Amino acid sequence: MKYHQNAHILSTYSADTFGVCSALFELGGMIVMHDPSGCNSTYTTHDEPRWYEQDSLIFISALNEQDAVLGRDDKFVQDVIDSAMQFRPRFICIIPSQIAFLIGTDMKALAHIIANRTGIPCFTLPTNSMHYYERGIFYALEWLAKQAVQQHVPLQKPARKGTRSLNILGVTPLDFSPDSVSSLRQWALNAGFTLQSCWAVGESLDTILSSTNACVNLVVSYGGLGAARVLQEAIGIPYVIGTPIGALRSLLAEALKRSADDQHIRAPFLSGHPIELPVQAMTAGTADNPAARPNQMKKNAQLLVGESICTQSLAFALEREGAEHWQTIVPVETESSLLLPDTMQLTDETDLQPAFRVADKVLADPMYEPIIPTRYGVSFIRLPHAGFSGRLYQKEIPDLISTKGFQHLRKKIK
Amino acid sequence: MLRKINDHPIRSVHLLRSSDPDNLFPRTLEFSPPARGTWNIVHTGMQLPESHQIYVCASGCLRGVILTAAEMGCMDRFSTIELLEKDLLRTDNEALILQGVTDILKNLTKRPRAVLLFTACFHHFMGTDLHYIFHQLSRRFPEIDFIPCIMDPIRQTKSITPEERLRREIYRQWRPLPLRARACNIIGSNLPTDDTSEILTLLQKNGWTLRDMTTCRSYDDFLQMAEGSLNLYINPFGHRAALDLQKRYGQDFLFLPQSWRYSEITDHLNRLADKMQVSRPDFRPRIAECELAFEALKQLIGDTPIAIDCTFTFCPFSLARLLVEHGFRVLKIYSDTVPAEDRDNFEWLKRHYGSIELWSTKNPDGRLAHGNTMGQKILCLGQKAAWFNGSPYFVNLVEGGGHYGFDGLLRLIHLMSAAFLVPKNLPEVIRRKGCGGSCCL
Repeated sequence: MKYHQNAHILSTYSADTFGVCSALFELGGMIVMHDPSGCNSTYTTHDEPRWYEQDSLIFISALNEQDAVLGRDDKFVQDVIDSAMQFRPRFICIIPSQIAFLIGTDMKALAHIIANRTGIPCFTLPTNSMHYYERGIFYALEWLAKQAVQQHVPLQKPARKGTRSLNILGVTPLDFSPDSVSSLRQWALNAGFTLQSCWAVGESLDTILSSTNACVNLVVSYGGLGAARVLQEAIGIPYVIGTPIGALRSLLAEALKRSADDQHIRAPFLSGHPIELPVQAMTAGTADNPAARPNQMKKNAQLLVGESICTQSLAFALEREGAEHWQTIVPVETESSLLLPDTMQLTDETDLQPAFRVADKVLADPMYEPIIPTRYGVSFIRLPHAGFSGRLYQKEIPDLISTKGFQHLRKKIK
Repeated sequence: MLRKINDHPIRSVHLLRSSDPDNLFPRTLEFSPPARGTWNIVHTGMQLPESHQIYVCASGCLRGVILTAAEMGCMDRFSTIELLEKDLLRTDNEALILQGVTDILKNLTKRPRAVLLFTACFHHFMGTDLHYIFHQLSRRFPEIDFIPCIMDPIRQTKSITPEERLRREIYRQWRPLPLRARACNIIGSNLPTDDTSEILTLLQKNGWTLRDMTTCRSYDDFLQMAEGSLNLYINPFGHRAALDLQKRYGQDFLFLPQSWRYSEITDHLNRLADKMQVSRPDFRPRIAECELAFEALKQLIGDTPIAIDCTFTFCPFSLARLLVEHGFRVLKIYSDTVPAEDRDNFEWLKRHYGSIELWSTKNPDGRLAHGNTMGQKILCLGQKAAWFNGSPYFVNLVEGGGHYGFDGLLRLIHLMSAAFLVPKNLPEVIRRKGCGGSCCL
């Protein structure tokens, strides 16, 4: 049997547990990873640029062998309760890492006990540190959306004509630098929207929970899609999928306005026209399901590697500007309905290398560079991505939402 | 004196007089302060020349070790095999590791002399047959030494820690050589010991050869360490390795704790002299130098409060005792355990300076109980003490920085003076992993 999981030199994407932490970081909750040790410092060192500045309550259970073997869930519960009583967080999120998952810890039951004993909402999400961060963000924001729906109070008066309010869903430092977040906000204002909330950077829990009267939602990364679906199904808020880069800045603004009016779901980077996306269960990336999609490796392709929505949006924007096609490789979890026909789902080094070998250009995180066959004329353009290289190239991460940042990247590509 | 969180007493601190050295803080959830200078198993493994590290674990665990290697600029000596959810049920994990390691090694441009193969908690729970794996790998690649390492933090509080195991397994790669008189090694350290320390000067003056993995340039250099008749270790993680080497090769060993008090330093160095069968040096001139340096330091910093943390030195209580005995105002010590070799100092401080605050570095309350609440300058020894106190005035060392003995003490006094006078960029300095080693940040 051939295994595809070896990496001679490549990094790995941030894990689902860290995606949960990143999505809920600023919301006043307490998040506990149920794991021996190490996960906490990995996340807070490499994946959380806010750790030094903001006192978010993210802890690890420090599970040891004895507790795992003897099933000392009571200790875990008591430890969480002790800290919860100390900090009085707005909510408690307990997430299993691989060992808690492996031994089948009943996290739902534990969450129920903790919620009953503390009077603080407590929940768990299906993580195990064996999936990538987008999946964690997806689950965390989806949970938030469910809470928001429960608290939803419809507006007594319809919104003033001409004012459109917007939520942006799927924003975390793993995909968006601080400059990008500012640019996203500015773009929304310039496009004529009142920004109700940004899930979940720079907002309080209350702002997010009370954002259910927005006219429309914008899903800027796959992590935001679950929340968008919940809000659409329960309250009827339509959503548009895409990241406002280059030509998509105006196209998305237009799509949002149209969706606010006609309640359609749109993804302009997939098609210039309104489309109805099928609602379907999340499919894993190639890590779990190598045969999920046929991958079309093309000779002399221009390849872009990254998260599905951001990266395909960038590919769309580059194509509009330069009239050259960019093919996307998505190494992290997403859904096939979000992918362009020739987008490939490849994660592993051994699967990526053949695609890179026949490419003309590759635009990807600098940690991919060692496997780019530059000696065969493949040119490599650095596009750092915190979800892959963590803080290593943090200062180089461009703000592609801003026109200046996007144009700068275009010049680099030429 | 102490702040509260939501009207509850802070759980991460108590006074030394009321501390139980066997249980300083109850085991509970843990917090990770953003001070990253400590060394981890990746840093230590990279010290072995001509070696390659391969980690087999899930993405959550892999991410920390990969990015450690990347930040060291050592990704060309680092590979991974990522465990997926399906591997819990549907995979022959022995075959996965065997094929993965084989593929990785076949694709390397240059075969390493040694491979540090790290399996994880997962394999322990799954009962993966590691003996079979290592046996097979040695048959497939007889020219490579496969070093069985385990990254299993789940076992570290009750069993051998990953750091201890790593050191033991690395030194197990030595082949027996005839033991050579006047040849000794320092084992287990992450940082090379200063040439000027009394350990090295004592050895050199008496014609001894000293080897240390941290300064070996090749794998052969490392293997040559097997001829040493004496192993010294300063880092307590070297203890298991020292015992193992005595059993396997008959090498004598000597633990030289990183103590700071004159009597302790003298005692350790005298024990070394005795082992070497040379006359005990007269350290009185060195002590006089230290006294003069302390006087000058005292004049400079006066009653400025001092905080010490356990990442700064393996013996924080020894250092605290030395400082209070010289009239300095030690206000806080950050440590979650009392090392056995530092226990007497802990007890002495408890009796005589019971009002010193003892802080946990990982209790969850530390998340909120940090920052400079005193409104005055506080001199910190160690990154964690600096972060918890929000102080840019700190000495940036981990594990004693390779300083030892009276020479180390004089260096420390100098560093304290400099740290008192010149503030550092705290967030920038403490974000770098593996203080004293290579870092691309």
